Parts: sequence; C-alpha cells; structure tokens
Amino acid sequence: MDKNEIKVIFDSCSENESFARMVISAFVARLDPTLEELADIKTAISEAVTNSIIHGYGGGKGDIEMYGRIDDREVVVEVVDFGVGIENIEKAMEPMFTTRPDIDRSGMGFAFMEAFMDELKVESEPGKGTRIVMKKRLGVV
Amino acid sequence: MEMEYQVKGPYLIIQVGRELDHHQAEHIRQVLERIGRERDIRNIIFDFTKTTFMDSSGVGMLISRYRDLSMCGGTVCAAGVCPAVEKLFYVSGLHKIIRVYSEVEDVFNGQK
Repeated sequence: MDKNEIKVIFDSCSENESFARMVISAFVARLDPTLEELADIKTAISEAVTNSIIHGYGGGKGDIEMYGRIDDREVVVEVVDFGVGIENIEKAMEPMFTTRPDIDRSGMGFAFMEAFMDELKVESEPGKGTRIVMKKRLGVV
Repeated sequence: MEMEYQVKGPYLIIQVGRELDHHQAEHIRQVLERIGRERDIRNIIFDFTKTTFMDSSGVGMLISRYRDLSMCGGTVCAAGVCPAVEKLFYVSGLHKIIRVYSEVEDVFNGQK
C-alpha cells in the first residue's frame, strides 16, 4: 500500500490538540519515521490546530478538519478551519509576530511549521477561514 | 487534573506534564497565578523530566514567566529536558534566556 488518506473532523477545543497529534502519529507510524521526524510532524500539526482554536475561532466553537495523505514516503497534512481568517498572511508568518501577546502567545507557530516541515502553504480569506497545507518527506528506512 | 509542584528554598519547582501544548500551558499559567496570590514567587524551576512534547504554546508560556520574573530580579530555569523538547529550546532561542540543567538537583549544586 503506497497511498493512504484520512479525514477527521473535530471540535475546536484545546483537548483536541493532543487528539490531533495522536491521530497523525498513528497515521504515519507505518512509514516507520525516526523519533525526530515524528516529533517534527507532531509539533507542526499542534501549531496549526492551536492556531485554528485560538485565532480562527477565538476560543469559540467550530469545526476543524484535518486531512492526512501518504504517498510513498511523503506525508501531507492539511488543517482547515472556517473561522475569522487571516488579514495579512505575510505579517502573520513573521517570526515573533502575534495578535495575542496578552495570552502568552510566542508568535512562533508558523516559524515552527516552516522549520519542521519541508513545505508550508497558507491560504486564508477573512471571514471564511484558513487552510494550512504542510508536506514532509521522510527519510528512506 | 492537579499539577505537582513544591517549594524548595527560594525556588518553586513545577512538574511539567507529559505534553506541554496550549492546553497544558494554559493550565500551568492558571496554577502559577493561583500560587502567586498566596506567596511571593521569584524563581521557578520547570522540571521537564516527564515531558516528551512541547510546541510554541509552551515556549510562549515560558517566555512570559521569564519576562515577569526577570523584571523583579527572579529567574526561570528548566531541568531534565529530552532531545525533542531541547530542539524547541534551540530553534526558538529559548536556551539563551532560560538555563537548562540536566536535573533539578543540579540547580541547587550549581552544575549545568
């Protein structure tokens, strides 16, 4: 089986951050990733899901969709929300930039997604929501 | 879920849970706020011995505690950090402001 795909929809509550990480860990397990590759993917997913919960839905209720795709040794993860969207994506992606310093946000979410994955794409429309697409190619075992 | 912490000399030692994400960071922030109302905290040791995961929410929580305490002459340090969490300390630059010790005891005998 070279290809595989999953779709998960969950509520935007902070308990589901660890749920999303567990799902992705289980999904990529059959590729036998190194501990570091697995940690990188978990961190990136955690950043995207946390962004949807805190910024997309502002702590309120909403659906978060998570898609996982495996093609050979490439892992693609998409995190989609239907929240407020991002006004200025370029600004949002600047390291240390945050709209919520009041609640201890470091402004490093996107920087971590970029650092720990091979590719990162951010699509967003104010009032409609945000779609994060991340890719990582795992080393050959 | 209650968080474990203890006071030892001038230090408050916080036992960080298995995964320090937004959910846990918020929990720690609230507990620290509550303890802060009862006693004067100047120095915090975050014990990461049981922690296998951290993300930028953990980094944000640690930076804020550092900012608060350094303003009143206090310190924040970390101990027992695993390689996955250590990577986050380096990528974020956290290691430059928060000293990392191998274990909690080392804080008291001055070893790195």
